[in-house]
Amino acid sequence: MTNHLVLSLNNLSKRFGTIVANDAVSIELHRGEVLSLLGENGAGKTTLMNMLFGHYLPDSGTVDVADEAGVMWPLTLGHPQAALAAGIGMVHQHFTLAANLSALDNILLGSESLLSWRQNRHAARAKILGIMDRSGLTAPLDERVGNLSVGERQRVEILKALYHDVRILVLDEPTAVLTPQEADTLFENIGAMTKDGLSVIFISHKLREVLAFSNRIAVLRHGKKVGEIATDTADETAIARLMVGADTPAVPRPAMQPGAPVLALSGVTVKSDNARNSLRAVDLVVHGHEVVGIAGVSGNGQSALAALISGLATPDQGEMSVDGIQITRFNPQNLLKVGIGRIPEDRHHDGVIGAMSVSENLIVERLSDPDIQKNGFLRRDAIRAHAAQLCQDYDIRGPGPEAKARLLSGGNIQKLILARVFECSPRLILANQPTRGLDLGAASEVGRRLLEARHRGAGVLLISEDLDEVLALSDRIIVIHDGQLIEADTKDRAAIGLMMAGENA
Amino acid sequence: MIRFEPRETPSRALTLGVPVASALIALLLAAIPLAFAGANILEAYGQMAKGIFGSTFAFTEMLTRATPLIFTGLAATLAFRARLWNIGAEGQFYLGAMAAVTVGTGLIDAPGIILIPIILLTGAAAGAAGMAGPAYLKTRFGADEVVTTLLLNFIILIFLQMMLEGPLKDPMGMGWPQSEPILDAGMLPQLLPRMRIHAGLIIALIAAVIAQIMLSKTVWGFKLRAVGENAAAALHAGIGVKRTLMGAAVVSGALAGLAGVSEVAGLKGYLTADLSPGFGYTGIVVAMLAGLSPIGVVISAVFIASVFVGADSMSRAMGVSSYLADLVVALSLICVLIGGFTARYRILIVRKGAA
Amino acid sequence: MDILHILLTDSFWAAALRIATPLIFGVLGALICEKAGVLNLGIEGIFAAGAMAGWMAVWLGAGLWGGLLVAAIVGGGFGLMHAILTVPLGLSQHVSGLGITMFATSLSYFIYRTALPQVTSPPRITPFQPLDIPILSDLPFLGPVLFQQTAMTWLALFMVALVWWVLNRTPLGMALRAVGDNPDAVDAQGLSVYGLRMGAIVAGSALMALGGAFLTMSAFDAFFFGMVNGRGWICIALVIFASWRPGKALLGALLFGAFDAFQVRLQTEVGAFVPSQVFLMAPYVLSLVALVIVARRAEYPAALLQPWFKGQR
Repeated sequence: MTNHLVLSLNNLSKRFGTIVANDAVSIELHRGEVLSLLGENGAGKTTLMNMLFGHYLPDSGTVDVADEAGVMWPLTLGHPQAALAAGIGMVHQHFTLAANLSALDNILLGSESLLSWRQNRHAARAKILGIMDRSGLTAPLDERVGNLSVGERQRVEILKALYHDVRILVLDEPTAVLTPQEADTLFENIGAMTKDGLSVIFISHKLREVLAFSNRIAVLRHGKKVGEIATDTADETAIARLMVGADTPAVPRPAMQPGAPVLALSGVTVKSDNARNSLRAVDLVVHGHEVVGIAGVSGNGQSALAALISGLATPDQGEMSVDGIQITRFNPQNLLKVGIGRIPEDRHHDGVIGAMSVSENLIVERLSDPDIQKNGFLRRDAIRAHAAQLCQDYDIRGPGPEAKARLLSGGNIQKLILARVFECSPRLILANQPTRGLDLGAASEVGRRLLEARHRGAGVLLISEDLDEVLALSDRIIVIHDGQLIEADTKDRAAIGLMMAGENA
Repeated sequence: MIRFEPRETPSRALTLGVPVASALIALLLAAIPLAFAGANILEAYGQMAKGIFGSTFAFTEMLTRATPLIFTGLAATLAFRARLWNIGAEGQFYLGAMAAVTVGTGLIDAPGIILIPIILLTGAAAGAAGMAGPAYLKTRFGADEVVTTLLLNFIILIFLQMMLEGPLKDPMGMGWPQSEPILDAGMLPQLLPRMRIHAGLIIALIAAVIAQIMLSKTVWGFKLRAVGENAAAALHAGIGVKRTLMGAAVVSGALAGLAGVSEVAGLKGYLTADLSPGFGYTGIVVAMLAGLSPIGVVISAVFIASVFVGADSMSRAMGVSSYLADLVVALSLICVLIGGFTARYRILIVRKGAA
Repeated sequence: MDILHILLTDSFWAAALRIATPLIFGVLGALICEKAGVLNLGIEGIFAAGAMAGWMAVWLGAGLWGGLLVAAIVGGGFGLMHAILTVPLGLSQHVSGLGITMFATSLSYFIYRTALPQVTSPPRITPFQPLDIPILSDLPFLGPVLFQQTAMTWLALFMVALVWWVLNRTPLGMALRAVGDNPDAVDAQGLSVYGLRMGAIVAGSALMALGGAFLTMSAFDAFFFGMVNGRGWICIALVIFASWRPGKALLGALLFGAFDAFQVRLQTEVGAFVPSQVFLMAPYVLSLVALVIVARRAEYPAALLQPWFKGQR
């Protein structure tokens, strides 16, 4: 393997207003190498890659890329096409595929002249089959992408990049949507490709896989590169400390005797058009004073479970009861009334009404409350006082309670939702991906509030794709796979990982 | 490269200034077609102003013209605030008018104090039914309300023609397809002697105030706004989205129906198939120009009515096609759309590549 | 009654195809816009503008094909307005479309009225004539149905094939379909989301204008106020009915044409017993019913009505 330099980011800096997103970051990448870019959410990984891809123009700094002969040239910054032309490809966390086209057409997109009168599908297919052969990546080429599994879509994304003859491939959190076993297969495939001379930048915040898979690790924190280590000499705790800055305080979680059952599902089946989003004869009990964590790879029925408990879906079979009372009317109003508080997965889309004010968003779930309205008229003063109180209690920061909710940061939007949910002292709290995309401070606040509710006697149903979060917060862990729930009697990562992949450990 | 950056909170001056500026720009742009028609532009604008402010009669005519536009503007405002695209105010207008002549031409013989409320209520109910249908098809079957309300406009208009040649036809109408006149007791009172301005205007103003209060001060309005701004979050928060949409539809349709009642029982006295020169569609412009604010609707309806009345009298005086008025109305809609954009976004000219 | 007899006459099917022709143009135009993710409610006004502009160009001596070109350019111009408002500015597609309809209609009427003030009978042009193809035209049944249509009907049928080919067999078609489903996918491959969407709206609007031009240059020979009469809106309904497929769009337009032709003939049979308005109403009711039936199953382009801004993921 010739390991000459293929990419060099030199002192890239970028600031947004007063926030320094990247501060003189320099990174080098060699041929056939896997470099991990490790850092917490908000450490500046995405900004750095956006500068590489021309989506942002750096305030200062340069980028050099090797051509096919290995000669380094400066990259024109601020032009996505320049990055593509220089052989740099990226697989985003959110796939950029058109669901209504076949996998083949998605791979071909943008590779042929728009003026050409027909696609050359035959030649393209031959080339893709060749790439599949060498890399071990497979995907059904003629299937509509909308019908593919998440893992298959990811492989289509990678094939698309390889089809465009990339020499440098950036993978942004590629394992977030995969089972540990699927992730291993992906790492094997990438191993095969690097032998062919591909260089890979692997963005992650999961220490474990970074250690297992990369040659070198660069750690970012608060926009700065705080360390760079060859993997074989790396020490796990040392890297973790680099990444987080200090040892993360473990969440204090006093042992508690579970109370009476709060939520009980028995034999619940929810059918859906999309087979990956249904529940099959599920039994589940959540007690008071208990956090039950649902671990699993996304798309295994979590949405159906959340929709059911939110009142957005009705079971086709089976029964659900709250505090021992059977639920007959499945709609959000009724489930709110029986004491279920919901922290929705997509907080921007389902959690807040961005164009309405913070104070209005704080009362949206209790419009029939006499504290809020009288004879159908809103009690403006009471609403204002209520908002001021909650903003203080829950430390919701922003332009003020009368400002539109969309002006709040993600963490403050989540605090708004927490305030709304906890204020009603719910019997059961459904927390669906409650810390996704939050910075450490906001995330630990969410964890603290959930445990507080547990202490108070509520049951918490925590659905999360982040196994570490599930392990840290839950009293019991249940694995969801293919619409079914399996109780995990262990807190062993490997065993749970196998269950997430559908293999009973 | 030009880039748009959202303003955090559009200033009050911009929110108020943009519609006014848009209206003025649309009026100024009318100079182009005027020049094309070979008219003396200054004289034309003068004639327009004279047509509105030249006499008490002219001014009351303008307010008379504004009356149905307030109703249809409110109809569009309430529906659009709920993101319910009611483009069918034209049809609902005629449903209201048909209901008015059905009960008001002799079916019920009662003193005005009883007959007028009956006429208003049946007209409103007919309009409400006209929008409840599409709203039901939307919430039950997912049928796009834009297309269903547009198609219903045509269906209702043809149905009206059928009625005017059949059951509703005036036997004394010399064969013309028109309804019998509304009983004197059923006519809305005149506001000024020898002027056509009638109590419909008062009802329209009351409706605007009530709509404003409903929207901003009540739980009903809160739910309507929540559904319009983010239906998914509203549903999640336990707001009955379908029910709210049906409510918005019924009120919107009722207002459009009242526009028809007001025209037939306040102004014309009998119903013909050309009672509305597009009041339903123009209501959309009125609502957009008002920034979907009920009180704003009153002001923008007065503006749009001025354009129509002014352009009418100008075209009579100078021989310019009166389609100029429709042109100015269309231009104001486009101007206010663009204007609303500039209120919400800062337009920055940046060096290429920077983002 | 001779309902079966009506369905078997060649003149009935010839009329069905003739009635369908402007709708074919309109549905294809709306389909292209919506495939790229933009609803174009300007269609009703663009029909009027195409009808007026095409007719006026011929009346001023441009020749029939020159008239079609003028109509297409005018339609494309209004399309460009809609494109600017809805694509880079990302404004409400509903309101912008209605604005374009009002603007295009009133401008066309104003220009017509200004150019021809108060004429008693509208001036006429020599419209497209039926293409009398030797031998083929003499075929029984098929001859009169197919081979005595004007060149515009043939153009419409050709457009169906062309649009189908472009959408299903060319890189451009793939990019258009992708931009209506997931603009980020298109952007990630270095293609211009704005360019594709705006191009689609302009091209689609030009086709719509040809549908309008058919009314004044083939179906009739003069321009009347109100002659579009909701045909544009019917096209919007037909696109949903056709599930955004060109072949089904042709089928939908033909079914509609057949129904319309049928009601006209039925009217002469039973007109004495049923008010004529029942028949006039029927096409709109049919569109409405068809829309409601397919609504649940309709697979809207995923990004339809969703504005997209560069650099905002």
